[in-house]
Amino acid sequence: MVAIAQLATEGLVKDFGGLRAVDVASFTLYDGEIRAVIGPNGAGKTTFVSLLCGRFPPTMGRITFEGRDITALPAHERVALGIAYTFQITSIFGNLSLYDNVALPAQRRVTLDGNGTVRTKAMAALDRVGLADKAQEIASNQSYGHQRLLEVAMGLALAPKVLILDEPTQGLADSEITEFIALIREVAEETTILLIEHNMPVVMALAQRITVLDQGQILAEGTPGEIRANAAVQTAYLGG
Amino acid sequence: MIRSVLLHGFVIAALIALEPLLSEYHHGNLARIMVLAVYATGYNILFGYTGLLSLGHAMFFAAGMYGCALMIRLAEWSVGPAFIVGVICALIAGIIVGFLALRTIGVGFMIVTLMFAEASYLTILYYNEYTRGDEGFTIAQSVRTIAGLDLSDTTTRYFSALTLFSICLIASAAVVQSKAGRVLVAIRENEDRVRMLGFDPFRYKLFALILSAVMAGSAGAAYAVLFGYAGASFAAVQYSIFPLLWVLLGGPGTTLGPLLGTVLMFYLVDYASGTIMPGLAAMVETQFGIEAPGLASAYLLLVGVALVLLVLFAPKGLLGTLRARMIPWLP
Amino acid sequence: MNLLDYLPFDLPHPALLAAGMLEGTVLAAVLALTALGLSIVFGIMRVVNVAHGEFYMLGAVLAWFITHTVSGIIGGPPWLGFALALIIAPLIVAALAAATDWLVLKRLNYDPEATIVATIGILYIIQQLALTFYGPDARPVEAPFDFRVQLPWFGYSGYKLCVVGAAILLMLIVWLILARTKIGLIMRATQYDRETAQAFGIPVDKVYAGVFALGAGLAAIGAVLIVPIQQAHYLMGGDPLLLSFIVVILGGLGSLKGTLVAAIFIGLSDGIISTLYEPTLAKILATLLVAMVLVFRPQGLFGARAA
Repeated sequence: MVAIAQLATEGLVKDFGGLRAVDVASFTLYDGEIRAVIGPNGAGKTTFVSLLCGRFPPTMGRITFEGRDITALPAHERVALGIAYTFQITSIFGNLSLYDNVALPAQRRVTLDGNGTVRTKAMAALDRVGLADKAQEIASNQSYGHQRLLEVAMGLALAPKVLILDEPTQGLADSEITEFIALIREVAEETTILLIEHNMPVVMALAQRITVLDQGQILAEGTPGEIRANAAVQTAYLGG
Repeated sequence: MIRSVLLHGFVIAALIALEPLLSEYHHGNLARIMVLAVYATGYNILFGYTGLLSLGHAMFFAAGMYGCALMIRLAEWSVGPAFIVGVICALIAGIIVGFLALRTIGVGFMIVTLMFAEASYLTILYYNEYTRGDEGFTIAQSVRTIAGLDLSDTTTRYFSALTLFSICLIASAAVVQSKAGRVLVAIRENEDRVRMLGFDPFRYKLFALILSAVMAGSAGAAYAVLFGYAGASFAAVQYSIFPLLWVLLGGPGTTLGPLLGTVLMFYLVDYASGTIMPGLAAMVETQFGIEAPGLASAYLLLVGVALVLLVLFAPKGLLGTLRARMIPWLP
Repeated sequence: MNLLDYLPFDLPHPALLAAGMLEGTVLAAVLALTALGLSIVFGIMRVVNVAHGEFYMLGAVLAWFITHTVSGIIGGPPWLGFALALIIAPLIVAALAAATDWLVLKRLNYDPEATIVATIGILYIIQQLALTFYGPDARPVEAPFDFRVQLPWFGYSGYKLCVVGAAILLMLIVWLILARTKIGLIMRATQYDRETAQAFGIPVDKVYAGVFALGAGLAAIGAVLIVPIQQAHYLMGGDPLLLSFIVVILGGLGSLKGTLVAAIFIGLSDGIISTLYEPTLAKILATLLVAMVLVFRPQGLFGARAA
């Protein structure tokens, strides 16, 4: 398979006040892969992916998606192009039902495609994460694990080309993590996955390639085996 | 969906059925309440559903009222076209304020709307040559006709108010149960998430604000032609606070809450200023020997107490609490 | 004899201009004190206190009750009643504000929108209770002393000049408390981060009640100082509220330095404009300016980023 660049950045920099949070010379995400971004706390992982999906603009640099420059595009238009983002801190609509939570992205998909119904797409997304039978329940009454799954279902209902998952397994029980890994493998058959993750077994089980960030810069990039063997990564991240 | 249609149909039918049973006093009151409920219904779309708390809606009410009344008074237009001019004035005000105020969020939005409304109020006072300022002006009974109907006639006035209210109630119910309505509610709950689901929150908030302004303006224009009066007090801060209070009482984010809140608060204030306050004043003076020269006219005290109690103990209002406890399908 | 004579347009007579400047200075001084109260409350608690003007009104009305009791019933000299009013009225208002914080704002968890709605309610409650027990009339309070300072063009009330001095002194004291004392340090610590302050053992609840009381007390002092010049009336809270808003927003929300600069600027210009020109037009322009500043420059005109 020839790797096709899908989402790429050049000279991407983000400053907060005097602090350089992100300084990534070049990054390319290939069509269809599962990529993990790892790095110590404060390495700039969330800031980096937030730049990709447009939650705030970069200080310098350029972002392209499928060859098109999207640097100046606001977040909601990037979502319309097919870049979906799920939040690190569970960011669901707590007072609404699970159905209404996924109906919103489903509705966006239906409007963009001009076909399908909101109900079938929303229920399909809930079904995929195993929450279909709870569709009418209120989101904030669900367990933490179910809320995380709902967050993922909202991303799935958008049927994106790239799904960015920001620490999706944080706070999940071991059994839930096993199910989650299976779910992501299934999703990855039609979607490129960019995964920020702390849990190394999850990263090793899922990722085809890994990008290591440290102090806002890319420290290393490679297959799980290469990263495991990389001495620099071990000092910076695994604590030597 | 069917339940919702039946419920709104029932409320409108009840208001029709009530008409012949009302005494002249309540007849006038209810017509006034329905016009004010249009104002509250508009306010509710922005505050109750979209989560944007405006402290300046009186400017939209006044834009409708003066847009309409001044066309009748100065340009001698007839009621129908003048009413439309009033609504257009509110629409334009909504667009301008929307583009500016929606750049801010939270407290900033509240203060910006408050300041725009204060500027509008002062502008009405400043041009008192045309507006007659605080004193206001009346519209002669002879010109208050539409399609040959005398709008000052109690029955015509009642059904005119009811028609406008029904249109706005149905429009509000249709919008909030539509796809756009779902986005509005989601913006209220979590705007950042809505953006990351591919919607442009600004467009939806602007839509809600303009719709809200148009309803407020149509209420103001209707008030002018049905009750034959326009005055600057309708543009003052108080008239921005009233719809907030009515909606808070009835239930923010419920379609029928604005009507319920307006009815209850109207009669509470009416009863209080006619009976409770003078009685209380007499009691305080005879029983406790304390002089309370202004108590009889201090009915706004109730507005203050109601606001504090609602925000402390029942932020969901009557229908909102009912929905949370018993009737989850309530629109 | 005068350069101004050669200007191609008419300037108001220098005496009138000077009078406007002086009136403006008096207004600026009281306004700065009142606005400082609003600014401190917003800066530290992030609460927009819409009832601020009513605390001001209450200070004036209480000053009338106290001076009226002392001179009218006991028969004491005017300065005694005024001195007592200057101490007692702000204390009563501050206690009431602390109680309001305790009973209402704290229970709302200082949610910005809910507290605004609540303070609107409190505005009506205080205002209508004043109407109830004080009545709808405006009543004068006698100045504690009466001498005139002779200026080149006219004599000027010595009391008014003392008001300016007193206001400056009070603002210096507030600044010293905030900048140099332990209490000030604690207040500033809660401003930065409420939770962390709590974790460090700062009694945030008490600090908040104290800050709210201080803010209201400053408004009340301003009002007591002004009642010998303007009469006490139950609706007198509206204007200082609006002007304080303008000052605090132009100065940059929560920025104390900006508030002072803006208070002097607004106070002087308002004093001059309302002495010489149409006050309604000035107010329209000022409110629009505030709205535009919030929309396009939320950190204020004079302030740096909110400190």
